[in-house]
Amino acid sequence: MKPYYSKKVINHFSNPKNFGEIKKADAVGKVGNPRCGDIMKLYLKIEKKGKKEIIKDIKFYTLGCAAAIATSDIVCDLVKGKTLKEALKISSKDVVKELGYLPPLKIHCSLLAEQGLKAAIEDYKKRKKK
Amino acid sequence: MPKTKRIYLDYAATTPVDPRVLKAMLPYFSEKFGNTMSLHGFGQEAKEALEESREVVADLMNAKPNEIIFTSSATESNNLTLKGVALANQKKGRHIIISPIEHPCVKESAEWLKTQGFEITKLPVDKYGLINPDDVKKAIRKETILVSIIHASNEIGTIQPIEEIGKVIKRKSEIFNLKPKIYFHTDAAQSFGKIPIDVNKTNIDLLTASSQKMYGPKGAGCLFIKEGIEIKPILHGGGHESGLRSSTVNVPAIVGFSEAVKICKKVMKKESQRLTKLRNKLIKGVLSKIPDSHLNGHPIKRLPNNANFWFAGIEGESIVIQLDLLGIAASTGSACSSAKLEPSHVLLAIGLKHQEAHGSLRLSLGRWTTEKDINYVLKILPKIIKKLREISGAQ
Repeated sequence: MKPYYSKKVINHFSNPKNFGEIKKADAVGKVGNPRCGDIMKLYLKIEKKGKKEIIKDIKFYTLGCAAAIATSDIVCDLVKGKTLKEALKISSKDVVKELGYLPPLKIHCSLLAEQGLKAAIEDYKKRKKK
Repeated sequence: MPKTKRIYLDYAATTPVDPRVLKAMLPYFSEKFGNTMSLHGFGQEAKEALEESREVVADLMNAKPNEIIFTSSATESNNLTLKGVALANQKKGRHIIISPIEHPCVKESAEWLKTQGFEITKLPVDKYGLINPDDVKKAIRKETILVSIIHASNEIGTIQPIEEIGKVIKRKSEIFNLKPKIYFHTDAAQSFGKIPIDVNKTNIDLLTASSQKMYGPKGAGCLFIKEGIEIKPILHGGGHESGLRSSTVNVPAIVGFSEAVKICKKVMKKESQRLTKLRNKLIKGVLSKIPDSHLNGHPIKRLPNNANFWFAGIEGESIVIQLDLLGIAASTGSACSSAKLEPSHVLLAIGLKHQEAHGSLRLSLGRWTTEKDINYVLKILPKIIKKLREISGAQ
């Protein structure tokens, strides 16, 4: 029998490397999971290199279950150093794939990380327009 | 998964079988294995064990042995009560009263009865989960056939004033000149064996108890049915248990249940004092060491072994997983841990907001809980909460 959470989920949950706040962030995304009530806040620091906009730093705050915290942490690992264009391509499926396995009931938690990232990038675009 | 330290603080979920109970059960698997309905010696020695067990269980609640029927679980006993009483008494009325903090097996049975044309009233509770007997009085109508109220909450441990509620139901039945009276059922799965219950003093007509919450094996429960109560079976067949519960009787489990009852009876007073002391230490320690922590349930009118908290700014499943990683078994009423992704209906009923119930944690103590265990929890838990609040930014 598989353990409820995989080792990788447990590692990211017990020792998340990317939680915290970025002071003077270039963008902030705040999302809530309407199903279970988890909340996520995601901060981005963006660096421009020519035409490219690169995620220089990314941090999160997540009020949620082990799966929500682990997926938050891993989505930060996945997009750090990537361009915004590349980051937007990352879906919750990629997040689950990276973690190896999530219990079926917890798949919806991985959406929070994807939505948090998208909301932050959305916020960045809005700020840029101003 | 071997762990250096394993502390079980989820006795409200289920208890380990006491070694004395296991020893009493063993002869009934391969040696005295007979069917209680058989006329030969094998059957009769099983039957003898069954009837002795009935006496033991009846004695602890001051009932007569013939008023006890054995079932497979508290869930079955509660299903039998609600459905069996409803079916047998529907000509008198189709109104049933329950509390909003019932175990799912009562709640869902009531929901199902609704689809069969019965009307269900849910009583209000206060912030501790207590029912006001006056509200029972107000809710009773001429068509009421059953009031079912959980004796002690499996989640928050609050103990209901069942004596007063029993009186109110009796008086109201007299005023309405209802014969038979409105039946009073209590689900005592969490309280039986832990605190005294006397079915005669409390005007209780039906009472549910469970073996696996009191150091007996899983697979045995019972229902006290006062003499003369009209109830129909939901399991039909060979007519076991006075025709109310057909199914070859699970003698080993019932013998274990009865042995568990014997032990509980013997140790109840001392054990309840010991656990109350440990529980109070735990509650006091948590509330003083952890900022923005809150007790769920009544501070005094609660089971000796139950502590339930909510912590602001975090989620309960993550606390449970962290505790588990450090060897402590606990549970939560958070939406994240439920199959339906909904927070505990009990915590919502006592007025907690969704996000407050989200951060709930239940620690339930038992026969093998020591002061050292509590000290360990008090050392570990504040660190876990602090860390999780750092991760959540205490949003």
